Amino acid sequence: MKSWFEEKTKMATGVAPPEQLKMTDFKGKVDPDWCPGCGDFGVLSAVQKALVELQIPNHNVVTISGIGCSSNFPGFIETYGMHTLHGRALAVATGMKLANHELTVLVTGGDGDGFGIGGNHFVHTMRRNVDLLYIVMDNQIYGLTTGQTSPTSRIGMKTKSMPFGNIEAPVNPISLALAAGATFIARGYSAEQKQLTQLIKQGIEHKGFSFLDVFSPCVTYNHDNTYQWFKPRVKKLEDDPAYDPSDWKAAMGKSLLWDDEIPIGKFFERTDVATLHGAEPVLNEGPLVHQDLRVPSDVARSFIEELM
Amino acid sequence: MKQTFAVAIGGAAGQGVATPGDIFAKIFSRRGLHLNAYNAYQSIIRGGHTFLTIRTGPEKVTNMGDRIDLMIPLNQDTMNRHLGLLTAGAACIYNSDTIKPGAPGSGVQICPLPVSKLADITRNKVAQNTLAIGAGLSMMGISFQALEDVLKEQFRKKGDAVVAENVGVARAGYDYAASNFKPFSYPLPKTENRYAILSGNTAMAMGGAAGGVKFYCAYPMSPATGVLHWMAAHARKAGIMVRQVEDEIGVINMAIGAAHAGVRSMCATSGGGFALMSEGLGMSAMIETPVVVIDCQRAGPSTGVPTKTEQGDLWQMLGAAFGDYPRVIAAPLDIGDCFKVIPEMFNIVDRFQCPGIVLCDLLLSEGRLSVDAKDLDFAPPIDRGELITSGNGESSGFASNGGYKRYLITKSGISPRAIPGVPGHTHTAGTDEHDEDGVLISDEFTNPIKRRAMMEKRMRKMVGIEAAVPPPALLGPRNAEVTLIGWGSTKGVIEESCEILREQGISANQLQIRWLVPLHGEAILDILKGSRHTIIVENNFSGQFARYLRSETSYVPNGHIRKYDGEPFMPHHIVEAVKEQLAGKTKLSVPVHEIMV
Repeated sequence: MKSWFEEKTKMATGVAPPEQLKMTDFKGKVDPDWCPGCGDFGVLSAVQKALVELQIPNHNVVTISGIGCSSNFPGFIETYGMHTLHGRALAVATGMKLANHELTVLVTGGDGDGFGIGGNHFVHTMRRNVDLLYIVMDNQIYGLTTGQTSPTSRIGMKTKSMPFGNIEAPVNPISLALAAGATFIARGYSAEQKQLTQLIKQGIEHKGFSFLDVFSPCVTYNHDNTYQWFKPRVKKLEDDPAYDPSDWKAAMGKSLLWDDEIPIGKFFERTDVATLHGAEPVLNEGPLVHQDLRVPSDVARSFIEELM
Repeated sequence: MKQTFAVAIGGAAGQGVATPGDIFAKIFSRRGLHLNAYNAYQSIIRGGHTFLTIRTGPEKVTNMGDRIDLMIPLNQDTMNRHLGLLTAGAACIYNSDTIKPGAPGSGVQICPLPVSKLADITRNKVAQNTLAIGAGLSMMGISFQALEDVLKEQFRKKGDAVVAENVGVARAGYDYAASNFKPFSYPLPKTENRYAILSGNTAMAMGGAAGGVKFYCAYPMSPATGVLHWMAAHARKAGIMVRQVEDEIGVINMAIGAAHAGVRSMCATSGGGFALMSEGLGMSAMIETPVVVIDCQRAGPSTGVPTKTEQGDLWQMLGAAFGDYPRVIAAPLDIGDCFKVIPEMFNIVDRFQCPGIVLCDLLLSEGRLSVDAKDLDFAPPIDRGELITSGNGESSGFASNGGYKRYLITKSGISPRAIPGVPGHTHTAGTDEHDEDGVLISDEFTNPIKRRAMMEKRMRKMVGIEAAVPPPALLGPRNAEVTLIGWGSTKGVIEESCEILREQGISANQLQIRWLVPLHGEAILDILKGSRHTIIVENNFSGQFARYLRSETSYVPNGHIRKYDGEPFMPHHIVEAVKEQLAGKTKLSVPVHEIMV
């Protein structure tokens, strides 16, 4: 008896490529379940806009997330997706990219997922220069677990886990990324759609690890870092004609600014570092997934000969 | 009794125990002899005590055996520790300039080498080792030419002067022994066979390459590191992507990421690293992306004894990750099987889209065995299961109708798996519980009916897995007085124990378990129904397999033989324990390891 699979694979029908991809082509199977006003909506629409502008076919994109409010992202966009474990998205994405480097790999998640439980993978994925875009929807709080201090919560912030105010200094994601060797580093703000879409496009097109930290306010649990708080503070880096994003030291200087002036935009980019998949000769013959599974018989013989 | 010959070389780490070991192994294998090598060592780079046993013979040699025929102590410590192990007919070759012999047992030949008289020790720091090899081979009745050939290979890279120096020293030892020491009572035989000599780690790595592994990643951890070393050294020739990762959490997740993209993906670790992989294993089961994890057991708990063997991780494997999920666990039976089990495991996990665990241990991982090269088959069957790729994706029927459901509920529980990059099959694979189309049912509207259906779909795969895996079979006479039950690496030593018992008038048979999950409990009960006295033999404290067998089948054996001192069983441990249990003296024997290493 033929299996269901065998029968299905016989029903040959051609696939006509869509003429021109539209926003609706990237609309996911389900609507986002984020709270009304959540910054993540802005990130989702900016990613969809960027993919439309770049005209990347849905099936060539893989969106990979960890766990958390923002990590529900892959379900809300029409691409291949993986909703993995808390903190592990970058490790999974590295395996995905190395096995099929023709895919566009997007990693989406939150500050707790990426800088807390996933902090180790964050640092190592940057130093490896894995060619993917990592978007952190940074709301400086744990939302899905109903409001605890996160690695980017500011000193003094009161949460359910630190009701008398946070006494631990926050991590600075931009400085950390600069120190760890990321080759594209930017900060966006979910309320600045145009700039955010441009940064996402640049991040996708950059050959290497692109890190995009996005202020994505949590309207339910973070009452300190609100839209009203950010609005007067954020300043676009591109508005300063003297700023040179190839200058690592200048980028490090800008990354330390907070409170009165918080820079957003492209902090840093360098294009002279090999990507991980580019540096690996095993991939010279093309994506791993398309290579022959079998070891050539003369090579196999040589392996056995070593043992004789 | 089998005709075998065992050489033991002992010294401090850094004294050069490995090189003479390699030389003996090469010479034996080129005489067409089988061999088994076991190195007892510690987690130290210089110092401590290392004791390498190489046992050889014309028939298959499955374990280190009970007897040392030739001992070469490279320092006083080794002499003091082990001279007492030698019995009539054995010999001890040592440097009489630096080592004082103790009192040998009766019939043991003491062979002092006046090293400074035979070689220039200011030029050659390991002259004592080379002299001893020469002397030993002379006493075994092996021609000097065999040694000269191996020495030439061994030192070729260091230039002609070094080769000549070593050949000269070896010759001096060979000739000195010929005129001063008594040769062994029988010369080492020779056959026309040729064997490959390899460790279990090399075997598993090569088995991976043969089975189509394209992605391998790991974090270094003894005793699994050898798999990484073979993979890394051969990656470019074999076309395998090999990565060293920041930790084992990263390892399992990276391996699953690659597997999800569509390649065969594997990783290896030991108990501590496996503990970190637990959550990832559950992900593999939940998103139905197959991955193979090798666990090379070492003595635990915690950091434990990193260089010592144990079968103590069974319950960690059984309990790894939370929730119920389908998976496969196999324990290879010997080093040759380490090769074979990997392609078999990949075919099963690819078909059933679940994680597979290969439960090895230090004894196999780091031991070395002679294997017929024909058994290292680089063209085993490869079955990728119901995989929709860019090659067949356009004809799957879904590309145009948008009806693809990644987690389609089927009778077998298997849903055709589309890999990213195939048009018309986009979906999200979620670790949250999900519906057939991949949409989460965990957050907004949990649904008990759908949850149950998905749970049952996944677990139905166990039925197919059980059918795909053969039940164990009884080895030896059906109506034996005693049945020894073991699992994994103890196969060889139990087999030899049964032979010795038979020679001593006690008929014995063996039930060795290779597939731990699925266990085939009914088939095991059927076999054991006919057994007269059953004893479970395992390398751990609590009888982990005995407890597992009881939990699955309610079967309780007559007795147990357990060992948890870090060292493997020797045949006489089992033989003596069987005899005391058959005499009704005890139901639990814990043999004492008499070699102090």
